[in-house]
Amino acid sequence: MKATVTVMLKQGVLDPQGEAVKSALGSMGFEGVGGVRQGKVIELDLADGTSEAQVTEMCEKLLANTVIESYRVEMGA
Amino acid sequence: MKAAVVQFPGSNCDRDMAVGFRHAGFDASLVWHKETALPEGVDVVGVPGGFSYGDYLRCGAIAAQSPIMRAVKDFAAKGGHVLGVCNGFQVLCETQMLPGVLMRNAGLKFVCRSEPLEVATADSPFTNDYSAGQGIDVPIAHHDGNYQIDDEGLTALRSEDRIAFTYRDNPNGSRADIAGVLSANRRVLGMMPHPERAIEDAQGGADGASLFAALAGALVAA
Repeated sequence: MKATVTVMLKQGVLDPQGEAVKSALGSMGFEGVGGVRQGKVIELDLADGTSEAQVTEMCEKLLANTVIESYRVEMGA
Repeated sequence: MKAAVVQFPGSNCDRDMAVGFRHAGFDASLVWHKETALPEGVDVVGVPGGFSYGDYLRCGAIAAQSPIMRAVKDFAAKGGHVLGVCNGFQVLCETQMLPGVLMRNAGLKFVCRSEPLEVATADSPFTNDYSAGQGIDVPIAHHDGNYQIDDEGLTALRSEDRIAFTYRDNPNGSRADIAGVLSANRRVLGMMPHPERAIEDAQGGADGASLFAALAGALVAA
């Protein structure tokens, strides 16, 4: 089974990389990009029966730094 | 006096830090990250700069989970002294031995230069050879040194006098110009600037030597 974890900087935390991407899009001529936030997607290949609670624990302990990052877990088939 | 400097895959300031300790009279050894215990009788642990585990996931995140860091955390919990520099500061934040987090530099560039700092407190075993408000020059070399902490955390650092060093010309966007912070018991110091790169004049300045000397003095007195 698979799980997908999306880690994003929390709202209110300055994202210098997202700002740089936004600025680059603007200079390329793409108009109307009001904001860019950059995060990461982590795909986990898990033993059958792994619970969402276990994946949440992985997020809390390693995959996200909850001081500045939020995460979302999607359990797949 | 014995110092142990931790080596992760990707550490690159480990030997320099050991030299810094030796200059101040420590018997310094290197400890591999897979070890589960520190050498017998260690007085201080150094967590060096570099790019542990290639900075994968987040700077310091994977090193923070290594076997030796469990031992370092226990050592600090029992009152041991720990110095984390650059990547070592990132590792100490990731283990939550120090508060806050180090993010990508606000200017997005890797900054490598000698940096004017201010000693924010002389009340610690690391800084008591300096005087509060003193200006010193110490090299920095980092891409992720932008120290961030929430309002509550910053208030606590200020009220407990736990900001060790500040930048005079903030190079990375750090909140409140913070370059280094102390733990609540003042025995764990994390800092982005590299005192081990400023221990003799041949390196362009020796302002970092006093930090190692202060630590040696504090441990002899203890």
